Amino acid sequence: MILLLLVLVPLAGAVLAWLAERLGAAWPRIVSLAALAAGLGLTAAVWIDQASRTSLPGVAAPGPWLVEYDAAWLPSIGARFHLAMDGLSLPLVGLTFFLGLAGVIASWTEIRERVGFFHFNLLAVLAGVTVVFLAADLFLFYFGWELMLVPMYFLIAIWGHERRIHAAVKFFLFTQISGLLMLVALLALYLAHGAQTGLYTFAYEDLLRTVLTPGTERWLMLGFFIAFAVKLPVFPFHTWLPDAHTQAPTAGSVILAGLLLKTGGYGLIRFVVPLFPGAAASFAPVAMTLAVVGILYGALLALGQTDLKRLVAYTSVSHLGFVLLGVFAWNTLALQGAVLQMLAHGLSTGALFIVAGLLQERMHTRDIERMGGLWSVAPRLGGVGLFFALASLGLPGLGDFAAEFLVLVGSFQASAVAASIAAIGMVASALYSLRLVQRTFQGTNANGWRIPDLVPREALLFAPMLALLVWLGLYPQPVLDTFRPVAERLQQVTTLPANAEKHPGAAPGRQGDR
Amino acid sequence: MNAEALRALLPLLVLAATPLAVMMGIAVRRHHGTAMALSALGQAAALAATWSGPETASGAGGALLIADAFSHYYWSLLLAASLAVTLLGYGFWRTSEERAEEFYLLVPVATLGSAVLVASTHLATLFLGLEILSVSLFGLVAYERGRAASLEAGLKYLVLSSAASAFLLFGMALVYAETGALEFRHIASAAGRPILLIAGAALMVAGLGFKLSLVPFHLWTPDVYQGAPAPASAFIATVSKGGVLGLLVRFFAQGGAGDLPGALALVSVIALASMWVGNLLALLQSNLKRLLAYSSIAHLGYMLVALVVGGPAGAEAATFYLTAYVATIVAAFAVVTLLSTAPREAEWVEDYRGLFWRRPPVGAALSAALLSLAGIPLTAGFLGKLLVIAAGVSALLWTLVLSVAVTSTIGLYYYLRVIVAIYSPASADEAPRLAAAPLAAAALAAAVAAIVWLGIYPAAVLDAIREASASLARLSS
Repeated sequence: MILLLLVLVPLAGAVLAWLAERLGAAWPRIVSLAALAAGLGLTAAVWIDQASRTSLPGVAAPGPWLVEYDAAWLPSIGARFHLAMDGLSLPLVGLTFFLGLAGVIASWTEIRERVGFFHFNLLAVLAGVTVVFLAADLFLFYFGWELMLVPMYFLIAIWGHERRIHAAVKFFLFTQISGLLMLVALLALYLAHGAQTGLYTFAYEDLLRTVLTPGTERWLMLGFFIAFAVKLPVFPFHTWLPDAHTQAPTAGSVILAGLLLKTGGYGLIRFVVPLFPGAAASFAPVAMTLAVVGILYGALLALGQTDLKRLVAYTSVSHLGFVLLGVFAWNTLALQGAVLQMLAHGLSTGALFIVAGLLQERMHTRDIERMGGLWSVAPRLGGVGLFFALASLGLPGLGDFAAEFLVLVGSFQASAVAASIAAIGMVASALYSLRLVQRTFQGTNANGWRIPDLVPREALLFAPMLALLVWLGLYPQPVLDTFRPVAERLQQVTTLPANAEKHPGAAPGRQGDR
Repeated sequence: MNAEALRALLPLLVLAATPLAVMMGIAVRRHHGTAMALSALGQAAALAATWSGPETASGAGGALLIADAFSHYYWSLLLAASLAVTLLGYGFWRTSEERAEEFYLLVPVATLGSAVLVASTHLATLFLGLEILSVSLFGLVAYERGRAASLEAGLKYLVLSSAASAFLLFGMALVYAETGALEFRHIASAAGRPILLIAGAALMVAGLGFKLSLVPFHLWTPDVYQGAPAPASAFIATVSKGGVLGLLVRFFAQGGAGDLPGALALVSVIALASMWVGNLLALLQSNLKRLLAYSSIAHLGYMLVALVVGGPAGAEAATFYLTAYVATIVAAFAVVTLLSTAPREAEWVEDYRGLFWRRPPVGAALSAALLSLAGIPLTAGFLGKLLVIAAGVSALLWTLVLSVAVTSTIGLYYYLRVIVAIYSPASADEAPRLAAAPLAAAALAAAVAAIVWLGIYPAAVLDAIREASASLARLSS
């Protein structure tokens, strides 16, 4: 029931925010804040409840899910309205509501036109993302997957910057074509399962037990992989990303970078490997190569950008390469690192986009060549910018470092070469992060900029993001503990190269069934 | 005729009586509202008569036509669409100088033709239904006698449609010459020299493909859609194409058309060509009616994919897709009608710039229709596309399935262009004041409600379609 609320609260908030526009421009913002705060509160309640239960010795959760909601939907095609939450979806849902709040606050003064419709779209995207993270029925999952697109498209196309239409259409087409490939693969899986068992269902747990021939499995795995690879994004499917991130309004960039990209990583962990373990195992070297290429290529391109938002966008390509690397290394450490990376990147990059948004709102430019010396006029903003840039470069003690470290340690066991090359990416990240800070905040204020410093609302926005990053960096154990049962269960279902090579005969699970 | 058969055939009888009533009504008193009300009442009564369905799923009927669950489902769909077109017509002609009463006469007659088509089990009824439909369509398309474009469209449709009918007749003659049968099920069981059968089937496909505006028989479509008055375009897109598609589904299931060597390959090629040509040409359009015309070519291509699959799954997918498409197209043309003032129709994409900010409900309704055409979740079009792809995957038709995926992404591009216009800042000059059209607005509201309902919770419709498709199989076995 609580899961249904998690979906309905943002949806209801979306409609109310739109209607509330008649009362005044502030009301949509207040309604959105209230709805998202309620969602965040609900998520926190689930977490505290779950943590207090599992901390008792000897008490394990009865099933794979912490909380479930299951209702009939379309019986004739075997689709159910089945929402379920485990240690993987819980932190991501929390991140969804948290970044949603950040987005609303960040656009408090930026969005002045069509405020009601803006917040309608913002909350609708968040509802779609929540469905994606919670769906335990693949039909429902696809529903949420597509549901995110339309409002995101509107956010970019209506409130975006100079080349917004181009960016919005590109974003929509890329995700739509890859989504349709996934739909084809999904339906093929559904039909294969139905043909084997006589039970036509989209239920995740039933489909996990489908037995496929290696050839079929490879094609279906690719169908899913491409959809998630476009979202994540994986080199060479990333070309929509710099445009969309650059042109979106601040809240749009935050949600794109912080959440929509995470749905790709989530899909890889939740669907690609568990549903197609054999194919994923043989595909792992390719995926890890793509991950390493993405890490280096994203960092290299970030070095060459002069548009602040474009620069941050390319760093996302680099950072999320670590997620792909961690997923396909497929051991507990690497998976924990990948999940932690999704959270830390959501916070640090989201914050950097907000910094970029604040600068653009004040200076009406995103060109870092025209900036410089801003520290002297806006020291608080400079400090915040420096902090998040350091987080992004992987300064020990902050979330990104813990995550990337875990990924590297984990993936070193799977492929020492890939991990070693990926580590170079961390060096490059130092270069682009420091260049970002240097060109904007340090140096001389050659253009004589006079911009207002952070106002209390903005300071209040950054404070929790800063605190969370420090927490994730110093004491990520609670998050890792929440996710660990899932990671272990996922590994029981399947084995990937690292483990398979070490114990060739002992690979448990479905590979043995064939 | 016993009581059971009478009840099963009641919708057809009521529908046949409707034009007579309207005609007499016009003879007594020529009045726009009365004619519309009579026509709408008759169609609503026929629609109500389909409500409970036939008492037995296999229905009633003779050698010529059958009123089974399948016929009843299609009748209710066609009647709902024609009723919506009638209401749209009232909104469209409200400002016109034209004498509009006969419009409400032609609509039920043409619908009768379509209804006969979906129920026909015999080549004679097939041809009869098709001609009733075509002849009334000439009148509907060319109804705006004062406007050259409408006349040109009517003439074009007349000439090409007659040629198509000739092809169809020739095809039937070949099939009859080889099999000696006119009834679908006798054709299915008869054997003949394949070369003549294939030629006959190909000619029939050409004749019916014209009505469905499939590539390469699609050349009339954009001109007629653009030239015809908006409600008439809506009628062609929904009732006319729906009737012919229903017939094809039945003919493939019961007439054994799918068993003919080469027939499936032929239909597959046509489906592929329609998807690609329709979507690619739609990219170039800046006129909304022409855009919808090209998009209809593509959508019929998707439906043909389900037809190639055949069997209950294919019939279900095609029928659901058609249901979704009908609701969507009614909504789209309702918006065109609402924004048109005779003699100038709101047909250019430019006319829709900033619509959402000028008239939010209408803008939102058109967005819903376009998203449904693009197959985005929460709308009817999504589930339709999903069922078609599922049917294609189950039959392992990978070329067709991947074409559906790729071309519908191309399609998304031009739907998005219109959506971009709808949400762009409104132009500075004041939008024309439009007379209120409550009935057309009601039709629009109903169509949008149907789009959303079919997109979110279509369990009841899926059950009805399953039952209808099952009745097809029962007869053929």
